[in-house]
Amino acid sequence: MPWLSSLLALPLLGVVVLLFIPGSARGLIRWWANGVLLAGLALALPLWQHFDRAVIGYQFVERVPWIPSLGAQYLLGLDGISLLLVLLTALLGPLASLASWNAIEDRTKEFYAMLLLLQAGMIGLFLALDLLLFFVFFEVVLVPMYFLIGIWGAERRLYAAIKFFLYTLAGSVILLLGIIGLYWLGTQQLAHPTFELPELLKLKLPLDAQRWLFWAFFAGFAIKVPMVPFHTWLPDAHTEAPTAGSVLLAGVLLKMGTYGLIRFSLPLFPEAAREAAPLLAILSIVAILYGALISLVQTDWKRLVAYSSVSHMGFCTLGIAALNANGLAGSVLQQINHGISTSLLFLLVGFAYERRHSRQIADYGGLAVVMPRFAFVFAVAVFSSAGLPLLNGFIGEFVILQGAFTANRTWAAFAVLGIVLGAAYLLWLYQRTMLGDLRHEANRGLADLSPREWATVLPLIALALAIGLYPQPYFAVLERPVLELVGRLAR
Amino acid sequence: MNFLETLWLIPVFPLFGAALMLLLGRYEFLDPQEECATLENRHHHDRGHDQDLRSPGGLRWAIGPLCSGFVLLSFLWSLGAVFSGRTEQILFTWVAGLPFPTFDGRPAVLAADWGYLLDPLSAVMILMVTGIGFLIHVYSIAYMEHDGGLYRYFGCLNLFVFFMLILVMANNYLLLFIGWEGVGLASYLLIGFYFKRKPASDAAMKAFLMNRLGDAGYLMALFFLLGIFGTLRFTSIEASAHPLLPWATLLLLLAATGKSAQIPLFTWLPDAMEGPTPVSALIHAATMVTAGVYLIVRAAPLFSLTPEVASLTATIGALTAIIAASIAIVQHDIKKVLAYSTISQLGLMFIALGVGAYWAALFHVVTHAFFKAQLFLCAGSVIHALDGEQDIRFMGGLRRQMPHTFRTMFIATLALAGWPGLAGFFSKDAILASAWVASPALFGAGLITALLTAFYMGRLLFLTFFGPYRGHVEIEESPKRMTIPLWFLSVGSIGAGWFASPFASWLGATPVAHSWGVMPASAAVAVGGLALAYHFYLNRPGLADRVESAAAPVAKLLRARWYFDDLYEWAIVRGVARGGGSTLASLDQTIIDGGVNGLGWLTRRTGAISRWADTWIVDGTVNFTALTVKLASFPVRFLQTGFAQSYALVIVMSLAALAGWYMLRSA
Repeated sequence: MPWLSSLLALPLLGVVVLLFIPGSARGLIRWWANGVLLAGLALALPLWQHFDRAVIGYQFVERVPWIPSLGAQYLLGLDGISLLLVLLTALLGPLASLASWNAIEDRTKEFYAMLLLLQAGMIGLFLALDLLLFFVFFEVVLVPMYFLIGIWGAERRLYAAIKFFLYTLAGSVILLLGIIGLYWLGTQQLAHPTFELPELLKLKLPLDAQRWLFWAFFAGFAIKVPMVPFHTWLPDAHTEAPTAGSVLLAGVLLKMGTYGLIRFSLPLFPEAAREAAPLLAILSIVAILYGALISLVQTDWKRLVAYSSVSHMGFCTLGIAALNANGLAGSVLQQINHGISTSLLFLLVGFAYERRHSRQIADYGGLAVVMPRFAFVFAVAVFSSAGLPLLNGFIGEFVILQGAFTANRTWAAFAVLGIVLGAAYLLWLYQRTMLGDLRHEANRGLADLSPREWATVLPLIALALAIGLYPQPYFAVLERPVLELVGRLAR
Repeated sequence: MNFLETLWLIPVFPLFGAALMLLLGRYEFLDPQEECATLENRHHHDRGHDQDLRSPGGLRWAIGPLCSGFVLLSFLWSLGAVFSGRTEQILFTWVAGLPFPTFDGRPAVLAADWGYLLDPLSAVMILMVTGIGFLIHVYSIAYMEHDGGLYRYFGCLNLFVFFMLILVMANNYLLLFIGWEGVGLASYLLIGFYFKRKPASDAAMKAFLMNRLGDAGYLMALFFLLGIFGTLRFTSIEASAHPLLPWATLLLLLAATGKSAQIPLFTWLPDAMEGPTPVSALIHAATMVTAGVYLIVRAAPLFSLTPEVASLTATIGALTAIIAASIAIVQHDIKKVLAYSTISQLGLMFIALGVGAYWAALFHVVTHAFFKAQLFLCAGSVIHALDGEQDIRFMGGLRRQMPHTFRTMFIATLALAGWPGLAGFFSKDAILASAWVASPALFGAGLITALLTAFYMGRLLFLTFFGPYRGHVEIEESPKRMTIPLWFLSVGSIGAGWFASPFASWLGATPVAHSWGVMPASAAVAVGGLALAYHFYLNRPGLADRVESAAAPVAKLLRARWYFDDLYEWAIVRGVARGGGSTLASLDQTIIDGGVNGLGWLTRRTGAISRWADTWIVDGTVNFTALTVKLASFPVRFLQTGFAQSYALVIVMSLAALAGWYMLRSA
C-alpha cells in the first residue's frame, strides 16, 4: 500500500463522501469529518515507528509520471524534517476539527469539506519532492483557508481573507517565476526537463543565478512565514479566522514558509544563502523583538497571540539563518513547538470566545476563580510558549540560540532578549485575563472546560511536556537530514 | 539501603507530592473550598483567622502533613546520602543536540545529561533546603489552615522544593538552569498565591520578569561556556584562562544578581512579600535567593580566573548591602524590613564571593537560612496573632502575650545583628576577615552594613515587642504547631556559628587567619547598633522623628528606596514596553500595513482607471464598431424579413437583374 499517497488521499476521500451527506445532517457531518481526520492521524503515527533514522535521503518514496512532457512527476517522500511536520499536521487537523464542534453552526458541511481539503493540501505540501507538485499544494492550501476565513470568520473577515489571499499570492507568483527559472536552468544543464528536487540538487548554478533564484524563492516563503516586514496579513488573518483556521494557520501554514526555506532555498542555492544569511538573521531578530513589543500593547486577546507568532517564528528563521546544525535542527523543532503552544493558545482563546463572544482582554479578568481548570491549562500554554524549561519551547529556543551564537555572538545577544519580552507579554496577558477578581458579572457563570475541550488540549499538553522532558528522539530524527544540509552549505 | 545509588529519589519525593496535589487537589475530599470563598475579606492583610471553613473536605487535614512528610523523606534520604560519601549519578541523556565547533574549532556536541552530583557543596545545600524546607512545611500547616486553595499552596511548595533540589543537585550548568527557572516558576506561583489581589499578581509578575532578565544572561553564559569548554558538565570543565571567559562569568554574575536580588535586579524581592509569610521565609529568605550565591560558588574555578569580574561581584555586593540596609531602616512593614535585610545580607555574601572567600559566603548562606527563616516565621506568628496587621507602628509590647514568639524572635534578631557567640556573628566575621585581607573599602562597607543591620533589627524588635501596644486587635500566642518549628530553628541560630572551621574543612577551604582587629570591631558594631536602636526607640521615643525631620532629604531618598523602582518603571515599563510597543504598533499599522493598504488602494484606483478605459476606450471602440456596423446594416434590415418567399423573390429578381445586365453588356 502506498503509505504516503493514502495519507494524502484519505481526507480527499473524506470530502467526496461528505458531498453525499445531506447538509442538514449536522451530527453525521461532524462525526464523519472528525473520524476521517482521526483516521488520518492513526495512519500517520506508525510512520514514526517505521522511519529509519540511519538512512540518508528520502523514505517511503512514491513516483508516478504526471506530465511527462514537462518532466513533472507525482513524487512523494519523507525525511526527518518533513516527518515531524507531517505528524504535526496530522495531529493538529483533528484537534482543530474537534474544537469546531459547536463553534460552527452555518454551512457545517462546507466548513468540514474545506477543513478536509486543507488537510490534504498541507500533508501534500510536506510530502512533495517535485517542485511543481509542491507549488500546486502551496497554492491549493490557499483556497480552503481563504474560505475558512472569509465565510466563518469574525467581523472583518472579508478584508482579512482577501488580504491573506493577495499577500500570499503575490509571493507565490514570484516563487513560481523562481521555479520556472530553476527549471529552465536545470533543463539546460541536465539535458532533460525535471522538477525533481534530488535531481535539481545536482545542479551547479552560477552564483549570479543562485542570487536571483534565492530571492525569488525567498519572496514566496518569507511572506508565508511571515518575516518582518511582510507580516501584516498575519494579525488580521489570525484574528478574524475561526478557531480551527487560526490553529491551522499558525500551527501549520506558517511552517510552509520555513519548511520551504530549509527544503529548497538553502540546499538549492547554498552560496546565495550564505550571502543572504546575515540579512535573514537581522530580519529574524527584528521580528523577535518587534513582534514581542507589539504583542505587549495589544488589547485584543487573539491579536496578541497572533503577534506573538511573528516573534516566535523569528526564532525559527534565526535558526535557519545560523546555517549550522543546531540552528537548523532547533528551527525545525521550534516549528513543531510553536505549532503546539500557539495552537494551545488559540484553542483556549477560542473556548473563551465561544462562552463570552468577546476577544477584548478588558472583558475578562479573574477567570481563574470561575474556570480554574481552564486557567491551569492556559498557564501551561503560556509557560510553554514563554519557553519555560521542562516544556517544549525551551529546548527549541535554547538550541536555536546556541546555533545563532555559534554563527554570530551578537545575533544571540539580541535574540535572547526575546525570551524576556516573551514572558512579559504572556504573563501580563495571563494576569489580565485569569487573575484578579471577577470584574464583569457576565463572567460569573462561565463553565469550565468540557470533556471535549479537554480532549482537544490534552494531547498538546502531553506533547509539550514530552518534548521538554525528553527531546532526544526529535534530534535523532533530524540529525541525518540536518547534517546533510549543513554539509551542502559548507561546500 | 544504598543511599548513594538511590540519590535520584531525593527530588522525586516532593515532585510526587506536587503532582499528587495538582492532580487530585480539586477533588471534593481534599479541598472543596477554593480560594474565592476565603479571599473575599482579604484586602490588605496577609491573613486573618476568623473565617471558618464552610464544608471542610474529609481529607483536607491530610494535605499539609502529607506534603511535609515528602520533604521529611527527602531530608532523611539526603542525610543518608551525605554521610555515605560522594557520587555523580547520571540518569539519562537529556538534551542531545547536534555537533558544533568550539571557539578553538574543536568538535563538540550540544548535549547535557540529567545527572546529579553529590559533593560537599551540594550536600550542604541539599540538607539546608530539605531541613529548613521541612520545618517551614510544618509551620505552614497551622499557619495556612484557614486558607482556601490549600492543595495549591502545598503543591507549589513541594514543587519549589523539587526544583530547588534539581538546582543544587544538578551535575551540569544546563540542568542547574532547569532548577533555576523552576524555582522562579514556583516563586511566581506562590507570590501570586492570593491571586485575586492585584498587588500579589503584580509582584509575582515583577519577580518572574526581573529574574528572566538574569536568566537571559544565564543562557548567554551557557553559550560562552559551551564555546570555551565544549561541555557544561561541572566535572568535565577544566578551568583555564580564555580571552572570552570574563564574558561567561560576567553573565553568570548577571544571572546571580537576578536570583539573589542584587543591584541592579533587586527590586522584585520586597514586592515578593505579597506571598504568604512562610513562603517568604522559605523561598525569599532562606533558600531560593541564595541560589545566586550557590551558582557563583559552583563556578568558583571560573571566577577565580577572572579577577575583574570577581571584584565587580564584591563591589555589587558592597553597594547592595549598604543601600538595602539603609532602606530597611525606614520601612514600616515588618516583612519589608526583613526583605531589605535579606537583600543586604545577600550583599554581604557577594562581598565574600568577590574576594574569593567562597566558604565564608556559603557559611553565611547556612547561618542566614536559620535566623532569617526564623525571623520570617516569627513575623508570620505576629501577623497571625494580629489578624493580618503588618505595620510595626501598630504593634508594640507583644512580648508579654506572645512569649514564645518573642523569645525566638529575640534570639534570631541577636543572631542576625551579630551578637557575639550567635550564628550571625561568626559567619559575618568570616566575611569581614576575608574582606579585610582583600580591601579596606570592602571591609568598611561590611562594617557599615553590620552597624545598620544591628540598628534596624533593634528597631524592629523594640517597636514590635517592647513599649506600649499601639494596635486594636486582641492578641493571643500562636499555636504550638507554629512555635515549635521556631524553637527548632533557634537551635541553628544559636549554635550553627560554632562550626565554622569544620564547615570550611568540609568544603576543603582554609579560612583566612584572623587578624585580631576584626572580631572586636564587628562585636562592637553589633552591640553599638542595638544600643543605638534602644536609645532611639525605647529610651527617647521622639528622637527618631526629630532626626528624620532634621535629615529630611536623606529620609526622602530612603523612603523612595533610592528611586530604583521609579527609574525602572519610567525607563522599562513605560519607556520600552508601553512606549516602544505602542510606537511600533502604530508604525505597523500606519507604515507597513499602510503601505500594504496603499498598494491595495492603488490597485483599486488602477482598476477604476482601467474600468473607465475599458468602458470608454476598449468597450467604446468595440461599441463604436458595433454601432457602425449597425448603422451600415440599417438599410439591409429591410431586406432581412425572414420570409423564404421574399428571399426567393430577391434571389429571382437579382438573378434576373444580373442576367439582364449581362445580356445588356454583351449586346
